[in-house]
Amino acid sequence: MSDQATPAAATRPSALREFWYYFSENRGAVYGFWFFVAFVLCAALAPWLAPYDSAEQFRDHILQPPVWQEGGSWAFPLGTDPLGRDMLSRLIAGSRFSFFVGVIVVSIAVSGGVMIGLLSGFAPRWLDTIIMRIMDIILAFPSLLLALVLVAILGPSLTNAMIAIAIVFQPHYVRLTRASVLAERQKDYVTSARIAGAGLWRMMFVTVLPNCLAPIIVQGALSFSTAILDAAALGFLGMGAQPPTPEWGTMLAEAREFILRAWWVVTFPGLAILVTVLAINLMGDGLRDALDPKLKRS
Amino acid sequence: MTQPIVKASNLARFYEVKDGFLSKPKTVKALAGVDFELSPGKTLAVVGESGCGKSTLARLITMIEEPTEGTLNIDGTEITPSVWADMRETVAIVFQDPYGSLNPRQRIGQILEEPLVINRRDMSAADREAAAREMIEMVGLRPEHYDRYPHMFSGGQRQRIAIARALMLDPKVLVLDEPVSALDVSIQSQILNLLVELQDRLDLAYLFISHDLSVVKHFADDVIVMYLARAVEKASKETLFETPRHPYSKALLSTTPHADPEGKKERIKLEGELPSPMNVPLGCAFAARCWLATEACRKSVPNLEGTDHKVACLHPL
Repeated sequence: MSDQATPAAATRPSALREFWYYFSENRGAVYGFWFFVAFVLCAALAPWLAPYDSAEQFRDHILQPPVWQEGGSWAFPLGTDPLGRDMLSRLIAGSRFSFFVGVIVVSIAVSGGVMIGLLSGFAPRWLDTIIMRIMDIILAFPSLLLALVLVAILGPSLTNAMIAIAIVFQPHYVRLTRASVLAERQKDYVTSARIAGAGLWRMMFVTVLPNCLAPIIVQGALSFSTAILDAAALGFLGMGAQPPTPEWGTMLAEAREFILRAWWVVTFPGLAILVTVLAINLMGDGLRDALDPKLKRS
Repeated sequence: MTQPIVKASNLARFYEVKDGFLSKPKTVKALAGVDFELSPGKTLAVVGESGCGKSTLARLITMIEEPTEGTLNIDGTEITPSVWADMRETVAIVFQDPYGSLNPRQRIGQILEEPLVINRRDMSAADREAAAREMIEMVGLRPEHYDRYPHMFSGGQRQRIAIARALMLDPKVLVLDEPVSALDVSIQSQILNLLVELQDRLDLAYLFISHDLSVVKHFADDVIVMYLARAVEKASKETLFETPRHPYSKALLSTTPHADPEGKKERIKLEGELPSPMNVPLGCAFAARCWLATEACRKSVPNLEGTDHKVACLHPL
C-alpha cells in the first residue's frame, strides 16, 4: 500500500494521502489498521458471514472440538459450546457487540471529557477546582468497581454497562484535556490569537483544542480497547450482556467450567479479545504519529 | 512634528500576589507610572534588565491587560476594555520566541489569514489568500511557503512569518517584544533590516522592547531606560548613548561590548541585586546599588524631569 502514497513534491498532497503516508511508516500500525478494518467489516456483515444463527443449538454436537482436532468437522470449524452452538458464528456475532461497546463508550467519554476539560482549562479558578475535585472523586474509585456499582444501580444490561464504563473513563479525558489546555494556553500563539481579536470560543476550539488532540486521540484509541476489555469483564462478572447474547466476555464466563475439558470454548473468545485490543492499540500509536505535525518532515 | 499615535501617561499595572493561606495579599508593582509618546514612523526602545516591567508594558499596549492606573490613548481613542475589540486592528505584536508564537497545527496561510477571518468578516476567501500571499512576499518568504507548517522553518523565517501575521491588519503600532534576542547574530541583522524597511514603507510606529543595547543603538529613535517598574531616563538615542545622565543608564551602557580591542574599557560593575518588586525600598529604587547615592536618595522617589532629555535622579551625571 505504500507505493501509492508518496506525496508529490510540487503540489500539496491531499490530506488523506498525506495522512496515509505518515501512518504507513509504522508497520505495526498498518497491521493493526487492517485487522481493525477486518474487525469492522466482520461486525458490519455479521449476519451474512456467520454460518449459523448464534443462538441455534445443535444438540447432537455438544462440545465438539475444532476441525483440526480429532472429532472435529468442517460443519463447525471452531467447535461448539456446551449447548451445541457454533463457536465461529458466536464469535462473529460477538464482534458486533464489542465494536459497539468501543464506539459508544469512547464517543461518550471523549466528547464529554474534552468538553469538560476544555471548560475547566479556560474557567475561572473556582469552577476549575470544583470540576477537578469531582473528577478526582471518580478517579479515586477502582474503575471496574465503580462500573460494577453503576451497573448494579442501573440494572445489568449491555447498554447500562456501556454508560457505566463511559462515566468511569470520563475523568481521564478531562484531566488530559485540561493539562494540555493549561500548557498550550501559556504559549505565545494563543496570546497572539487573542491580540488578533479571537473570542473565547474561537480560542478554545480553533486555537487551543487542535493542539491538545494528539494525546486525546491516543488515549481514545487505547480506551477503545480498554472499553472492550471492561465490557468483557462486566460480562464475565454477569453484570454486562446477559447470557444468550454472544458477547465475548459473557462467553468466557459461561465457559469457565469447561476450561480443562474443552479448551476451545474459553480460548477463542479470549483470543478474539486479545487480538482486537492489540490491533487497536497498535493503530492508536500510528494514529498519534500521523496526526502530529511536529513528527512530520518537510 | 506629526501627531503621536500612542500617548501613555502615568501607566501602571499592579498584581496581587497571595503569599500563603492567611496572610494579606501583597501588591507587586510591575509597572509604576510610565509616560511616553510614540509617533508614526518612529521607534521607541524600552531597555532594562529582566523584571523591570518591559513586558508588562507590552501587555498593556497590546490590550491584553488593563492598566491599574493611568491612561492610554492610541490613535486618538482612549483605551478602556470596552473599546479593546475595536482597537485590535491598530496594534499588533511580534514575540520573542518564534518557536512558541506560531500555532503548530496551522499552515502559514491559515496563520496569516486568521486575523482577517476574525476582523474582516466580509472578506472573501480568495481575497484573504491574495492578501496573505502578498504579505509572504513582502516579508521575504517564497510563495510555496504558503502551504507549509511552522516546524518546517528556521527561527529567522518563523520570525518573518510572525512579522507578516502582525502586519496582516495594517496596524499603525507594532510592539516588538525582544524580536531578535532568540535569533543568532547574522539572522538578527536580516530581521532588523526587514523591520526598518517595513517601517519606511508602511510608516509604522515601533515600540521596541529589548535588553540588547547594540540592537537598540542600531534601531531606535528614542530610548526609555527602565529600572524596577519605573522609567529612569528618557532621551533620543544619540543623546542617551553619548551622555547618559542616570547612573543606572551609564552602568548599563558600559556593559555593551565594543568592537575595538584597543579602546579603553570603563566597565561599571554594580553591586547587589535588583530589589524584589514585592518589597521596593523607600526612595529611589536604584539607591542601594548606586555609587552616588546619598541620604536624600533613600527618602524620596525622584521624578522624571527635564525637557528633551529626561532623567529621574537627584544627582544626575
